[in-house]
Amino acid sequence: MAAHLSYGRVNLNVLREAVRRELREFLDKCAGSKAIVWDEYLTGPFGLIAQYSLLKEHEVEKMFTLKGSRLPAADVKNIIFFVRPRLELMDIIAENVLSEDRRGPARDFHILFVPRRSLLCEQRLKDLGVLGSFIHREEYSLDLIPFDGDLLSMESEGAFKECYLESDQTSLYHAAKGLMTLQALYGTIPQIFGKGECARQVANMMIRMKREFTGSQNSVFPVFDNLLLLDRNVDLLTPLATQLTYEGLIDEIYGIQNSYVKLPPEKFAPKKQGDGGKDLPTEAKKLQLNSAEELYAEIRDKNFNAVGSVLSKKAKVISAAFEERHNAKTVGEIKQFVSQLPHMQAARGSLANHTSIAELIKDVTTSEDFFDKLTVEQEFMSGIDTDKVNGYIEDCIAQKHSLIKVLRLVCLQSVCNSGLKQKVLDYYKREILQTYGYEHILTLHNLEKAGLLKPQIGGRNNYPTIRKTCASGWMTVMVKNPTDISYVYSGYAPLSVRLAQLLSRPGWRSIEEVLRILPGPHFEERQPLPTGLQKKRQPGENRVTLIFFLGGVTFAEVAALRFLSQLEDGGTEYVIATTKLMNGATWIESLMEKPV
Amino acid sequence: MNRTKVDEEEYWNSSKFKAFTFDDEDDELSQLKESKRAVNSLRDFVDDDDDDDLERVSWTGEPVGSISWSIKETAGNSGSNHEGREQLKSRNSFSYAQLPKPTSTYSLSSFFRGRTRLGSFQSLSDALSDTPAKSYAPELGRPKGEFRDYSNDWSPSDTVRRLRKGKVCSLERFRSLQDKLQLLEEAISMHDGNVITAVLIFLKRTLSKEVLFRELEVRQVALRHLIHFLKEIGDQKLLLDLFRFLDRTEELALSHYREHLSIQDPEKRKEFLKNCIGLPFSVEDSAHIQDHYTLLERQIIIEANDRHLESAGQTEIFRKHPRKASILNMPLVTTSSTPASTTTQSPRYRQHGKDPTHSHCTEERSSKSGTFSSPVNLKKTFKIPDKQYVLTALAARAKLRAWHDVDALFTTKNWLGYTKKRAPIGFHRVVEILHKNNAPVQILQEYVNLVEDVDTKLNLATKFKCHDVVIDTCRDLKDRQQLLSYRSKVDKGSAEEEKIDAILSSTVSRAATPPQPRETDSSQSSIKCIKGKPGDLQLRLNCNCSENY
Repeated sequence: MAAHLSYGRVNLNVLREAVRRELREFLDKCAGSKAIVWDEYLTGPFGLIAQYSLLKEHEVEKMFTLKGSRLPAADVKNIIFFVRPRLELMDIIAENVLSEDRRGPARDFHILFVPRRSLLCEQRLKDLGVLGSFIHREEYSLDLIPFDGDLLSMESEGAFKECYLESDQTSLYHAAKGLMTLQALYGTIPQIFGKGECARQVANMMIRMKREFTGSQNSVFPVFDNLLLLDRNVDLLTPLATQLTYEGLIDEIYGIQNSYVKLPPEKFAPKKQGDGGKDLPTEAKKLQLNSAEELYAEIRDKNFNAVGSVLSKKAKVISAAFEERHNAKTVGEIKQFVSQLPHMQAARGSLANHTSIAELIKDVTTSEDFFDKLTVEQEFMSGIDTDKVNGYIEDCIAQKHSLIKVLRLVCLQSVCNSGLKQKVLDYYKREILQTYGYEHILTLHNLEKAGLLKPQIGGRNNYPTIRKTCASGWMTVMVKNPTDISYVYSGYAPLSVRLAQLLSRPGWRSIEEVLRILPGPHFEERQPLPTGLQKKRQPGENRVTLIFFLGGVTFAEVAALRFLSQLEDGGTEYVIATTKLMNGATWIESLMEKPV
Repeated sequence: MNRTKVDEEEYWNSSKFKAFTFDDEDDELSQLKESKRAVNSLRDFVDDDDDDDLERVSWTGEPVGSISWSIKETAGNSGSNHEGREQLKSRNSFSYAQLPKPTSTYSLSSFFRGRTRLGSFQSLSDALSDTPAKSYAPELGRPKGEFRDYSNDWSPSDTVRRLRKGKVCSLERFRSLQDKLQLLEEAISMHDGNVITAVLIFLKRTLSKEVLFRELEVRQVALRHLIHFLKEIGDQKLLLDLFRFLDRTEELALSHYREHLSIQDPEKRKEFLKNCIGLPFSVEDSAHIQDHYTLLERQIIIEANDRHLESAGQTEIFRKHPRKASILNMPLVTTSSTPASTTTQSPRYRQHGKDPTHSHCTEERSSKSGTFSSPVNLKKTFKIPDKQYVLTALAARAKLRAWHDVDALFTTKNWLGYTKKRAPIGFHRVVEILHKNNAPVQILQEYVNLVEDVDTKLNLATKFKCHDVVIDTCRDLKDRQQLLSYRSKVDKGSAEEEKIDAILSSTVSRAATPPQPRETDSSQSSIKCIKGKPGDLQLRLNCNCSENY
């Protein structure tokens, strides 16, 4: 069912199974027929670990989304709320429960907090007079959700804001807990590296948690050789730039959520076969994107420029395969051909889908505005004119392009210049407030607090130093047959990934100067292993590094890390974990102050 | 605010007595299970007996699951089921009886907490991985403190652990300041926001504000959690007090300002913003806040006036362009571009206001509100930059099809009295905006002609079908070839075709000069390319992959 999770170097199906087991266990606690009331946000992440069939096996008969007033009628014994620990959700639950009590047969109510029970929420339920109505109040620690064979995410959208704006460590605590779970399943990770304030804290929590547990050593043979914890604010630049890999662009343009993307249906209008035929043309086409799909696994991490040629090659291969039928003469040959048909049909469907997606994306990437935006981004990343008011940004504001787009560009300029000159900053601020409304002053403050938009202090621009030392600035690359990670941004090598690369070879000692410029401490910790578990590496065997992005990671960065994993002489394979899969737009959005 | 405070007090006051509601019965069960498992997991070190018998002994020496053990566990909480829980009682006990004995198979949390049953785990590991059979995680075993769950005298660290497991737990025992602070320290060192908040609620209730603030000032982590918590529950008053105490004036101001978002009534919002003006914002910000107030103040006046005019049905402008939404709380630029405000003519517009509609409007709106809502006035008050102003006014005038005003926008008179056209945003942008607003070709043509760059001009003219401009430009450039190819684009037998033919025939002799090669596409963009690397750029940016499939 989730075979693609086990393709990687580390079998993440083990984690998925463990999480599923726990879900079943909870469901069995509530005997009898059940209805689940979902916090809508959770349905996405849950979809990655369980299908409805699993729930059905455990007598879940109805599913609703959490809404105000009454619950829909359902003839079940148990009503279970699956919710995040949020105060506003508690109010809705209370409304549901109170209106339910007044009519009909008594039900048993239960509540499952994901990922954590919250005393604050339970207090709110108590205030509303319904706490006693719940028989089971439990937590389901769905900390790290396996997305792909090498990718885990906590899908916690507020993590960056909590960590870097509000200094709330709760999501770091969850990250640490998630890491402990991983260690329980995959063995103690002998070496921990980190850079940044949050990384330091997570490492501290892990060490403390380990100390707190009694008993002897973890006797699982370690799968991971080391762990690298990276703060997002060590590299604020990368997510702001437009991703140029295939998957990155899908995410930038249409938004990938929990590995699903919704696409405009026109391009998928009824074709001969495949999944496209059934959908109503008015409804968005929903596709799941992961490495279970052979073609997608091949093209997802490529620069978009290289996608077209792969698709056309595939098309030729498939047509050739279908042509084979003319050569099939004997019964045996025909039988063989027929046995391959399903596979070929699937390949054709997948090719059709991705050709359509590529066309949709091409429409955007060939537009003049996209070109202009990219040009400005690349100028900034090359350090050109970062200290002046930019004409294109001005135009965007004047034409009232989306505020997120404008903020993203202004922040990019600020980061590339280690802060803007006061005059430039004031100008942008005024323009933005006048065009989009004064209340955005709060958003601007949030961005400033997060270090994304700030005045330059001391008139010193550190960005060129970083760019030179880490070769992470803009440079010429081959996007079709890349030799360096910078292909993912068509020339800009993400600093975060470069740090990982330099850590594995030749080591961080070579870039001490840069590490000093970047915020937060860098450190190394060792978790001693008993002699029996120490690994003796075979010559030529790659190390496995778990890299954890605290505050989010983009698909382009993931692509760059996969590229490193596949390098023949790379020596390191990566498994990537993060608090949230994101892009510049969703990131900025999470920092915006919304009207109540 | 008050309500939550009272309720909190109730909560923590009462928690001591109500610690054993039904929930704890469940709790007891799970503890039972936990200890059983804990004991089971110990078996490995104690003996090799594989019997799964329940007669295990807890740390306190009582057999786990025995009646005496249960009584002891419940004793501390006896008589707890008072206060209106009666109606639930019957149902609770019913479901308690109904509860299945949890099948203690391996699960993630149990694994994590070390309450693994060896047998069931083996099957999992066998099924899923090659990890050795003994691969449960004893290092993640139970924290030592948990074994003393049943004692009444929890140390701060045990209490915090209990809280962390989500159990109701009285904090009332911690009376002295020192105890409370120790509790807090313990919670902080656990890094669990949930627990820190729980302790903070307790401290907030039992300590005076001054003491609480003073102690938190030296405990930054807890302080941040308190701020977060206060924001969450909306205890604005205490939050402001806290910022005041900490002397974080700007945060104080912003936090106060944020409140306006939840005020719906425009008058109240206005008053609120007025009060914000005096707050200690940074210099730039306070100017913005002042502007925000002034804008809303004017919007209210404009809105009232417009509504009046609209309902009276006198003004043609509203009949033609009904107001889609209220102007209140719109951004400044939107405000200055709505029909209402733009119809109000500034003196400068009036000179050109030959259009009957506009003269009409002008007369209608010479009232006080009119002067307030005129774009020129808004521009002056809010120091809208030239560019932004022109763009906004242009779009608004174009929407009203007030071409004279558009003209006026770009006409400048020099001191000799000559007029000249000038656009701070460049005429190519003007043309695009006009086109977007469906301006007729004649108007477009006029502005296309003002574009200075020839390539751009030609592109725009072709794009917007300004035939005359294309033809004239080609003629001026002596680009015969392009003219020829353009001939196929105009309608057969049209005036344009004739014009082209005329030019072609008259220039036969002169057209010997070869046409200059010219880039027809995205000439503008390529200018913007990164200097000196056009080739690379092509490589990097050429997203055109159509030829590949």
